[in-house]
Amino acid sequence: MKRREFLHKSAIVIVGTAMAAAAPASAATGGDQWPTLKKLSPEQARTLLKMARQIYPHPKLDDACYVATVVDLDSNAAASPETAKLLADGVAQLQRAKFDDLTPEQQTVLLVSIQSGPFFQKVRATEVVSLYNNHAVWKQFDYRGASYPFGGYVHHGFNDLNWLPDPPDSASPKG
Amino acid sequence: MVATFDPNDDSVVVIVGSGAGGGTLANALCRNGLKVVLLEAGTRQSRSTFHNDEWYAFNQLAWLDKRTTSGSWRVAKDFPNLPAWICKTVGGTTVHWAGASLRFADHEFKTKTQYSGVSGANLMDWPLTLQELEPYYSKAEYRMGVTRTNDIPGLPGNNNFKVMYNGATRAGYKTVHTGHMAINPQPRDGRAGCMQLGFCFQGCKSGAKWSTLYTEIPEAEGTGRLDLRPQSMALQVTHDKQGKATGVLYADASGKQVIQKARVVCLAGNSIETPRLLLNSASSTYPHGLANSSGQVGKNYMRHTTGSVYGIFKKPVHMYRGTVMAGIILDEARLDPKRGFVGGFEMETISLGLPFMASFLNPGAWGREYTRQLEQYPNMAGMWIVGEDMPQETNRVTLNTDVKDQWGLPVANVHYDDHPNDVAMRNYAYKRGAAVYQAAGAVQTIEVPPYPSTHNLGTCRMSEKPDAGVCNKWGQTHDIKNLFISDGSQFTTSGGENPTLTIVTLALRQGDHIASECAKKNL
Repeated sequence: MKRREFLHKSAIVIVGTAMAAAAPASAATGGDQWPTLKKLSPEQARTLLKMARQIYPHPKLDDACYVATVVDLDSNAAASPETAKLLADGVAQLQRAKFDDLTPEQQTVLLVSIQSGPFFQKVRATEVVSLYNNHAVWKQFDYRGASYPFGGYVHHGFNDLNWLPDPPDSASPKG
Repeated sequence: MVATFDPNDDSVVVIVGSGAGGGTLANALCRNGLKVVLLEAGTRQSRSTFHNDEWYAFNQLAWLDKRTTSGSWRVAKDFPNLPAWICKTVGGTTVHWAGASLRFADHEFKTKTQYSGVSGANLMDWPLTLQELEPYYSKAEYRMGVTRTNDIPGLPGNNNFKVMYNGATRAGYKTVHTGHMAINPQPRDGRAGCMQLGFCFQGCKSGAKWSTLYTEIPEAEGTGRLDLRPQSMALQVTHDKQGKATGVLYADASGKQVIQKARVVCLAGNSIETPRLLLNSASSTYPHGLANSSGQVGKNYMRHTTGSVYGIFKKPVHMYRGTVMAGIILDEARLDPKRGFVGGFEMETISLGLPFMASFLNPGAWGREYTRQLEQYPNMAGMWIVGEDMPQETNRVTLNTDVKDQWGLPVANVHYDDHPNDVAMRNYAYKRGAAVYQAAGAVQTIEVPPYPSTHNLGTCRMSEKPDAGVCNKWGQTHDIKNLFISDGSQFTTSGGENPTLTIVTLALRQGDHIASECAKKNL
């Protein structure tokens, strides 16, 4: 628990390597199809998904990329009654304000009003790891992740930028 | 060849911490014929267990035992339990470091004499000079294989450097190159050449980057005089009635508490754990902690004036390809108070992978404006600012008796407030960094606040006078002659350079000194 508490307070969350695999794309679009949920209800999950989309909105990313955040929150809720209550209360507050039916602009206004609270912070801190540590998301950002398996960039474009002149050998030997 | 010494063998030197200071010192002492027990809190990893994965590696390598923070620095707000991004693993933070290996400038050893008109700073001249250190700087550069020394060529620059070079030279800077790096351009000394992996911070899987994990430590093991004990957390330095250090109490991998007796004790746990260990070792003889008659243990914590600047360009950069610190601008390292501050700074390329960029570009930020910036990730170039910060007594590591670690000991609290000189330097450096990227055609520049500290310095400073600091010019504590400080805690002032080369240099010099004093039966 100490470790979990530390990580949460540092806005850092341990991410299981199986995280991406735990979020099948089919779960994203099927409304009530959340086969992997351990603690959250499909309704709670749907609201959290919409919230996640508004916190780090990327029009190019489909819902499947954001499902990972909800799956991680669900795992945290299953492991900690405190987290389960935090999420349940937070989602209930959003649902009372009809969050799911608001326009994106209205959703953002509502989230700004709760951004300093523990519920928002929990979701944001989880999402900043769950969303951006996802291989499917990396592709959209032209980021390749591990380079050792293909031998690093020494023969794969570490110095392929061609819209500026090359520095002289004295500054940057050819190697 | 690997030695195993008895806990009651009081002829050994016990070193706490296996990073740049402790790992190097262990090697130096073993080569000098001394027996060494090296206690390391973390596990022993290897090139094959490193992962090119930022979060995985962070959880594998970083020091995650609880700490607390206070003060006006933004790290205390964004990362209240993570004041420092350093390592708990064999090799210490040399597993994580980027490899920049710069010597201090002459004036940086004499800040009290050279820097005038700075109020509120606890400036002090080092009790040694650049001249005294030069032979050991040379030895350190040779051992580490620093580029642009010892006929080792510079590394080839990556895309991130190409942007820096063009921007810097157009902005008028003259000294811009791929740096002095402890990374092999070509295989050397049993280590491979650089593969331009882009994961220097996650443990170098090629081994091109120097780390005590696969250089100093295995070489010391080969002498048959090193007993390395991973997962061994030092809890207390013990002493006898006369006040002399007698050994170290530590918790081993199974949690069992063991006292390893010692002839000499050397502390190299980094500038947070080293003072914490001294303070946690308080006794009736030393009620304020060991080596603390001056009251200076934990004070004058320094972390360098840092910050980052990212430039966003119209075309792709892919800064994450290749070495993280791929190049440097050295022109601003000079002492020139006309800029509005004393001390100097370096600008060094930096890159983060997408997972860390999302967490660190603006910690806590969210919403479309922020995600628009992140979407420019492929077109970003980045630099890190590292400059001299001012020592202040109130910036200090103390024991937080309200919070205990897994051994029931008070954790370290790290307090830091910027000095006005630090703020002036950072703001100037942000402007200069932005000017570099604008000169290279940036459409936007982003100023990024300091990350959790990777350079942790001071807290057990060297001083000429025993009442002004914790240790003398050899790192030997003023109060206890067989107790040494062997890491960056010794630094009297921070200099503007990445500290590892100087830590290694001091450790090599200290190793010769301890061996010589042992031979003379003075220790």
